[in-house]
Amino acid sequence: MAAQTVTNEPRRLSNAYQNWYRFSRNPTAVIGAGIVILAILAAILAPWITPYPEHVGAVVNFRARHLPPSAEYWFGTDNVGRDIFTRVIFGLRISLLLALVVLGIAIPVGTTLGLLAGYFGGWVEIVIMRLTDIALAIPPLVMALAVAAVLSPDLINSMLAIAALWWTWHTRLIYSITRQLRAQEFVEAAETLGASKFHILFREILPNCVSALAVKTSLDAGFVILVGASLSFLGLGIQPPTPDLGTMVASGSAFLPDYWWESVLPGMAILVVALGFNLLGDGLRDLFDVQEVR
Amino acid sequence: MEFLSFLFRRVLWSLLVLVGLSIVIFAIARVVPGDPARMALGPTATAEQVAALQEKLGLNKPIVEQYGMFISGLSRGDLGRSLLTERPVNDDIRETFAATFELVLATITLAFVFGVPLGVAAARWKDKWPDTLVRVLAIFSAVTPSFFAALLLQILAGYVLHILPTTGRLPHNMEFVANITGLLTVDSLIAGRLDVFGQAVRHLLLPATALALATMGQIARITRSSMIDVSSQDYIEASRAFGVPEPIRVFKYMLRPSFVPPLTILGLEFASLIGNAFVVELVFSWPGMAAYGIRTILQKDLNAVMGVVMVSGVFFVLVNLLIDVLVGFVDPRVRIRGSR
Repeated sequence: MAAQTVTNEPRRLSNAYQNWYRFSRNPTAVIGAGIVILAILAAILAPWITPYPEHVGAVVNFRARHLPPSAEYWFGTDNVGRDIFTRVIFGLRISLLLALVVLGIAIPVGTTLGLLAGYFGGWVEIVIMRLTDIALAIPPLVMALAVAAVLSPDLINSMLAIAALWWTWHTRLIYSITRQLRAQEFVEAAETLGASKFHILFREILPNCVSALAVKTSLDAGFVILVGASLSFLGLGIQPPTPDLGTMVASGSAFLPDYWWESVLPGMAILVVALGFNLLGDGLRDLFDVQEVR
Repeated sequence: MEFLSFLFRRVLWSLLVLVGLSIVIFAIARVVPGDPARMALGPTATAEQVAALQEKLGLNKPIVEQYGMFISGLSRGDLGRSLLTERPVNDDIRETFAATFELVLATITLAFVFGVPLGVAAARWKDKWPDTLVRVLAIFSAVTPSFFAALLLQILAGYVLHILPTTGRLPHNMEFVANITGLLTVDSLIAGRLDVFGQAVRHLLLPATALALATMGQIARITRSSMIDVSSQDYIEASRAFGVPEPIRVFKYMLRPSFVPPLTILGLEFASLIGNAFVVELVFSWPGMAAYGIRTILQKDLNAVMGVVMVSGVFFVLVNLLIDVLVGFVDPRVRIRGSR
């Protein structure tokens, strides 16, 4: 599906209130935004809101190991007696950081390449779009595995490996929008007035991509978190004892089915955060009336 | 003729992607800082041992020549030797790939068998409960990490209900060598071993379901929206006006053109499907490429890792080629527009 996007006519700032009103009438978007904001706040405030912040490190408390969820330990305790709820909240930090870094690299790179390919066409388009085809042929997870093999399995390498492939999706999206916009009057007008290429790309065309990018970014944040969790599940993410949701699911799964909470609850946390970004993305899509991003 | 030229362009293009892929993989393995020979031998090896291994692997030759060696090996289907198993990487991958291939095949089958009817139902009863159900299902299938789905299925079907086996491809006490296609389900049928076939299917069900969920949700969603698009077309109105019975209208006139978007989605999703297969295989102790890949990665076995990445990439490119050809076959407009 060559992400076909049709954006509405650009909205003016005076529509902000109207947008907010429409957004607040959309239950999925509000739930999604709520989850995302809650997750971000929890991650930032983790040391102050968690009951046992000292359990982040290599604490051992064998008397309290494998305790089921209770009022004292909301999500139970793990095999060395650490509070799982505390570690889940701290684990959110890694997941969100991953999404931030990967998208922080992928969006500027992907957007710029997409604009160039869509606007200039010719060999620029051929080179860039063929590069995206190649990058698409490598599963991000497998790429991260390969990079982990060559360098060392840690969070930074995994993030770079994912980012090195993720830009393709943004390139394809922006490319298809730019191609539609290239022939429109406002672009031609800017060209006739002698605007620089830079101005046309970033001041004329880019603002028209913003709503599609917002939708894509929100949906992507969820998917990047899922890929990152899979990596750390395989042992290629941040190394223990730093809490990481994927790692917790992996280590907890050794104690299935008796101590199910040790893997199921961190897994639920990943699911809920990804769900939040997804619902938010869907809501934004309805709001901006962007069709079929991704 | 027109179809042949489409096919020719598409195959040529796939070859180009593969060459690009080989350069990327080679670059990761060689240009990245660090000495593969030193990494393979570990910090305790002497300088002579490192030099000997460099000589053996051709690491002391110029980089272009090394790439030449790599690509000429590739074109002969030779991926070099694994430092871990000390066998040709080809043999290792051939053995493990069959298991991965069988899993992926079962996954795609499940995703289509359940995804398409769900999408049709959602479109037929738009804004009614089947539609809501499919929407919820599609969202949850997209946001559940595959390894988590795998674990949940394992708990539910394996530990709570005790209805399905949770590890491996066959029970430990069952002897069967799949040496024709490597696919247990196919080979057991050829050999007439129905008991093996039954067990193979039972072992496949859980991992394939875990892996299929994400794709199934996407397929249901995209089938729904393309069915709805098609239903507003004039020829559907006309068939309604002519009194064509509803089943014929839905299944013959609406479903056939609606098959193209799910196919294309499958092509795009296929890379993440392979990636997820790695994780799911690990959870279910499926003896596929993932276990091999992860073992070799931890051992810094570069030839094997490059082989695994290359085979994953080739698999993706071939499946997409197949899908494009299929789509071009079903939908003549694609052929004329050209590939992509």
